[in-house]
Amino acid sequence: MGKWILAVMPLLIGALSVSAQVKKPAKPAAKPDAASSATITRGKALYRQYCISCHQENGSGVPRMNPPLIKTEYVLGDKARLIGILLNGFNEDVEINGDYYSNPMPSQAQLKDEEIADILSYVRNSFGNKASTVSAAEVTQVRAAKK
Amino acid sequence: MSVIAMTTITSSVFAGGPDKPGASVVKPDADNAGLKLPAGFGALKVADGLGRTRHIAVTSNGSIYVKLDRAKNNNGILFLQDTNGDGKIDKQSGFGNYGGTGIYVKGDYLYATSNENIYRYKLDAQQQVTDPEHPETVVSGLLDRRQHESKSIVLDDAGNIYVNVGAYSNSCQTKDRTQGSLGMQPCPVLDSAGGIWQFKADKLNQVYGDGVRYATGLRNVVGLDWNKGQNQLFVMQHGRDQLHDLFPSLYTEKQSADLPAECMYALKQGSDCGWPYIYYDPFTNKKMLAPEYGGDGKKTGGETAENPVVAFPAHMAPNGLLFYTGTQFPEKYRNGAFIAFHGSWNRSPENQAGYYVVFVPFKDGKPSGKWEVFADGFAGPGPVKSPGDAQHRPCGLAQGADGSLYVTDDVKGTVYRIVYKTK
Repeated sequence: MGKWILAVMPLLIGALSVSAQVKKPAKPAAKPDAASSATITRGKALYRQYCISCHQENGSGVPRMNPPLIKTEYVLGDKARLIGILLNGFNEDVEINGDYYSNPMPSQAQLKDEEIADILSYVRNSFGNKASTVSAAEVTQVRAAKK
Repeated sequence: MSVIAMTTITSSVFAGGPDKPGASVVKPDADNAGLKLPAGFGALKVADGLGRTRHIAVTSNGSIYVKLDRAKNNNGILFLQDTNGDGKIDKQSGFGNYGGTGIYVKGDYLYATSNENIYRYKLDAQQQVTDPEHPETVVSGLLDRRQHESKSIVLDDAGNIYVNVGAYSNSCQTKDRTQGSLGMQPCPVLDSAGGIWQFKADKLNQVYGDGVRYATGLRNVVGLDWNKGQNQLFVMQHGRDQLHDLFPSLYTEKQSADLPAECMYALKQGSDCGWPYIYYDPFTNKKMLAPEYGGDGKKTGGETAENPVVAFPAHMAPNGLLFYTGTQFPEKYRNGAFIAFHGSWNRSPENQAGYYVVFVPFKDGKPSGKWEVFADGFAGPGPVKSPGDAQHRPCGLAQGADGSLYVTDDVKGTVYRIVYKTK
């Protein structure tokens, strides 16, 4: 019996490491991934409801008016700043990837923490973006600090 | 009468210009610069890659001033010349370290605007700026709160300058662009914005108090022109956005995409066009009470507000208006209006609309027929899902001394010249 296990062991390890190589990103984080795909899915529906007319279906925004959400530091960088933009709105003359945008963004503070987390998780993982998801707890924290 | 005067000026100052009216001397590009035009017309790109070119003025000898949205290498105004007469720009210089939209040549001056001020530059006999580094300030301190910041200008023949001061708001809600927020009553934006102001063209250092609020209730005007035949100011308003986003229980997404009309107004001093209290419904041809002020999509309002001269489909963003006084184009175009539609952004999730130049025939100062698309194809092939997909977006319009129509694009900075071909 013990001999048999020892003989099979290398094969098993080999098989495990092969499968680990193939599914590298998925396997070790199976649980969080299901959660993040759920938040992203919910976020997509919310994005369509609250964000799409200004930021557009493909996140490209509107030249000169509404900023793009594609590969910008505002979306991919500091999560607290990004959460803050949704909670406080945004009306500043700032350069974003070489351009300026004139329309003000209204505060979205009426949305629940989980809804803001869902929207931001979707935005950070769409339009060619790839970044960590945002949790409701992170939104709660920023909202508390604001008060 | 103004047509005859124009023709005389044209043939006397346009050196090397066409001997016979109705024909252009420049050759259109083989592909007509990528534009779709009515039979008999052609187009060429006179310049390309200039930056975000907004409005444009063409001098009597065919040189061009264009205003850039943001200054590039400290130049907010570009001066473009065609020295060999082939229609293509071969000499370029710049000045004016400020961004903006408005630019206009009148008499001995070039007028240009930042988003707060109106400047003027003395011109020499060739309509070339004599001292580009030292403009005179005609007006300063116009409101710029970023939203609807463009200061478009036009002059009349009586020494007045008209400037748009756009509303720093979508619909004067207590909380701008916030779902369900109601309108402020009365709307305080109208004190200093949301209208057209009139100033003296030859008086320096004017501020609000020196001018007249010529017309009010105009959310944002980018395209405007002085109709010489009627001796009257005509403007194109950008209608309000987001009826569904802000009042989802009253308006469907489809209604929000199709409402309200983009309107042309003929103004007189004291005109009130009704923003923010009403919007214009192009299907019922009625002035509707805005939902911020108790409207529900059915209640009408604004009994004393101006009616539009022409109502166009929603959200197409008219950025240029020009009454055609030339003789190069066929008879039908004389005294009619060209409008450059920059193209919509808030028709999502439907395809966007506009991105073309339209024509409205006029007779005796009134539209004499339906509007039609005159020049299309700026955005490129296929429908525009998002404005970012558009390769070019029409913005400014100007008429050359020979009667050519110039169109700017503020995506890539292309300047188009549309001509009527020699047979």
